Amino acid sequence: METMLTSLIDIPSLLTLASAVPASVSEPAHGAAVGAAQVPQPWVALIPMLPIFGVIIAGVCAIFDVRTKLPAFLTVGCLAGSFLLTLAVFLRYDSFNHGDPFVVHLFDWINLSWGDPSHPTSFAANFSFYIDKLTVLWMLFVTGLAALIALYASEYMSHDVGRAYCRFFVGFNLFVFSMACLVMGDNLVLLYLGWEGVGLCSYLLIGYFYKKPAAVAAAKKAFIVNRIGDLGLALGIYLTFVHFGTVQYSELFASDQLQGYLTAAGEHRWSDIPMTAQGIALLLLVGAIGKSAQFPLYVWLPDAMEGPTPVSALIHAATMVTAGVFLIARAYPLFLISEFALPTVAWVGTITALLAATIGMAQFDIKRIMAYSTVSQLGYMFAGLGVLTTTGAAFHVLTHAFFKALLFLCCGAVMHGFAGQLDLRKLSGVAWMKGWGIVAIGMLVGCLNLSGFAFTAGFFSKDMILAEAFVTPGYSILGWILIGTAGLTAYYTFRVFFRVFLGPQHAEPGDEHHDDHAEQDHTDETDDHHTAAHGHAAEHGGRFHPHPPGWAINTVLVILAIGSILAAGLYFIEKDSHGWVGAMINDSSASYHSPYADHADVAHAEEGAHTGLLFGQDPHQIMYYVSGVVGLIGILLAAILHGPRGWQGLFLGGRTEAGKCRMDSVAKLFGPIPRWAEDKWYVDELYIAIFQTPLRVFAHLFHLFDKFVIDAIVDGVAKLPGALASALRPSQSGQLQGYAAGMAGGMVVLLIIVLVVIGGAS
Amino acid sequence: MNSLFTLAQTDYPEAMGALTLAHYLFLSAAMFALGIVGFMTRRNLIIMFLCTELMFQASGIALIAFSRFHLNHTGQTFVIFVLTVAAAEAAMGLALVVLLFRKRESLSTEEWAEMSG
Repeated sequence: METMLTSLIDIPSLLTLASAVPASVSEPAHGAAVGAAQVPQPWVALIPMLPIFGVIIAGVCAIFDVRTKLPAFLTVGCLAGSFLLTLAVFLRYDSFNHGDPFVVHLFDWINLSWGDPSHPTSFAANFSFYIDKLTVLWMLFVTGLAALIALYASEYMSHDVGRAYCRFFVGFNLFVFSMACLVMGDNLVLLYLGWEGVGLCSYLLIGYFYKKPAAVAAAKKAFIVNRIGDLGLALGIYLTFVHFGTVQYSELFASDQLQGYLTAAGEHRWSDIPMTAQGIALLLLVGAIGKSAQFPLYVWLPDAMEGPTPVSALIHAATMVTAGVFLIARAYPLFLISEFALPTVAWVGTITALLAATIGMAQFDIKRIMAYSTVSQLGYMFAGLGVLTTTGAAFHVLTHAFFKALLFLCCGAVMHGFAGQLDLRKLSGVAWMKGWGIVAIGMLVGCLNLSGFAFTAGFFSKDMILAEAFVTPGYSILGWILIGTAGLTAYYTFRVFFRVFLGPQHAEPGDEHHDDHAEQDHTDETDDHHTAAHGHAAEHGGRFHPHPPGWAINTVLVILAIGSILAAGLYFIEKDSHGWVGAMINDSSASYHSPYADHADVAHAEEGAHTGLLFGQDPHQIMYYVSGVVGLIGILLAAILHGPRGWQGLFLGGRTEAGKCRMDSVAKLFGPIPRWAEDKWYVDELYIAIFQTPLRVFAHLFHLFDKFVIDAIVDGVAKLPGALASALRPSQSGQLQGYAAGMAGGMVVLLIIVLVVIGGAS
Repeated sequence: MNSLFTLAQTDYPEAMGALTLAHYLFLSAAMFALGIVGFMTRRNLIIMFLCTELMFQASGIALIAFSRFHLNHTGQTFVIFVLTVAAAEAAMGLALVVLLFRKRESLSTEEWAEMSG
């Protein structure tokens, strides 16, 4: 590991050498350099190429049947290399193209032109990377988190060391490559390649435990539901090309056509913008809804938790699901020129946030609670984009990536240690068990962030969205819904924390009782396990040993917890542009200065007190108090209903055992509603009734048609010779006289023919 | 039609007096009819075999009659071949009949009806 890290650190210096050699950058077919200059920095292309290298290494490990953790550490090395390169791009960004976005051309991929030779129509989608600060921002946390989570997975997946372990890391690396294509691609087609790639990797990794029917079903569901969204994205890209004649960002954003539309949109002259141009954003939105698990296509994400937890943390919480947010941020000019796109984005996000939060409140599986909270938080991001704060949305993406990855990894550590136990009614007081301290602290940090506790990173990023919802005219209802949802979020988050991590110690193992063989694999950690495990042996009948996480998991949790806390500081850097993230966004396609945000007081002066105000104050200021209080109310509610007795429950709780709490009696007051929420409001059942059942009925009808009509015709034709034969079969009597009579009769017939035809003719 | 009632063509000296081609053809037809009726009505293998011989000879008479009528020797030559083949066939046929008789101790064709469809 030591040597590997040092060799990694050498990579950037090697690359700087490589970049000194002038690269043969071919000029694109026709003036792609309108908006962004090409910069010959080929080493930037190594950011996506290192993960591909990792794919190959892990594949080779699989071929040679490596039975060690080698593929994991090589993956960590590759991904850390990508991260360091991204960091290098970030640090040297201003020196590349005077701080403006630039394009790094790798090779020609699709480069067509046709029609009149003097004015050819052309279509270019090359393997080039469009680097602006939005790209850098996204790639920083994608590669950084991927490297950390790969390190976590090296321990988490250690039960499967061997082929399956290699398979996991092949998928993991391939995912990072696809995500890099998605984020860095300089055209929508390369984005689409990455988009499908991450979908494929998501499918492969959800279905990692392919012998488990639930995992296979979840993988298929994720893939199929995403397919619906992908259709929208593909059509959106097509329409972009049809209308603007290009799919390359640099040309698209610089086109006079788009600039004209933007001016028209700024003056609310919507009728001046053709419907095809306005439709692009709506189609892209369908794609974003599918990938980012928004209502109504969110149903795949909770099921995707069947995959290994590192996958849930990386793909289904931190990175892949933010691809939809990225798409909207990247194509923000296209959304701005569409009259209905951004309101739709805002409302979809809000509905999703509320719906998922209500479902999350009633779940008992802690991983599913986190999954619904991911859906809900993605809803916040969409709402943020919809209410014109791309900065807020991107900042929330960043903070959420950290704290949600942290939460998932903590849940994963619990799941790993308690043999797959995820039911919060069967776990209690984990924080007090030996060796679980870091997990508990990590969980606390994550929960505080998620619930928007004052001065955490999640608090600032969520506030930015909430405040903007009140500032932007027409969205205050949405703002109230989001504030209410913030309270629900705090409640369900701390419900998990109070029940699983605090209170009397109690643990029932899950059904994956693999300790016996698993401990043989953990050769380097076996000693720790035994000492830690024996402490609890008596409580669990001497059979079950919860094994606390080892160094790899703990290291990652510590780094992520620190990252989650420090992310709050980003809000205070570069305050002029609403924090560091705002500064990053301002230099990108997502840059949009909300006229309402900058001039809230002006609007107040001009239009009176009816817009942009909350409790008669500037929302940006008052929101700190409002959302802080709402978050606190949620936490206290969780403490009252689920908190353990004594100081651990803030002297509000009364829980004395794992499975029983005050919520049990409170839930009865609501009648069947908690039950409905636990059953996810029957949305899955509704989809089955609306889509699946009719399809099934039609399938059966077509099957019957096939069986009784098509097959009948085919079989009938096949039976014809048989029927003919059985009709003629009696003539073959076996009696000699019969044959003789036949011959004689035949002769008579021939004779008659001769006499009538030939005789008659003469 | 008139020429059917003479054995030879008109420019050739009459050799068989009042006997015309029609007589021979009638004889041939009668023999063939007897043969075919016998073949179809009888169940005894040997009788049926004899009936086939009768039909052979009937066709032979017809061939020779036409041969004479057309003053063409091909027909007679052909009959000699037919007789030769018939002799061989008779030997084969009788041998078969004997073997069949040994299998079933009966000459009835009804014993041999396994080849029904």
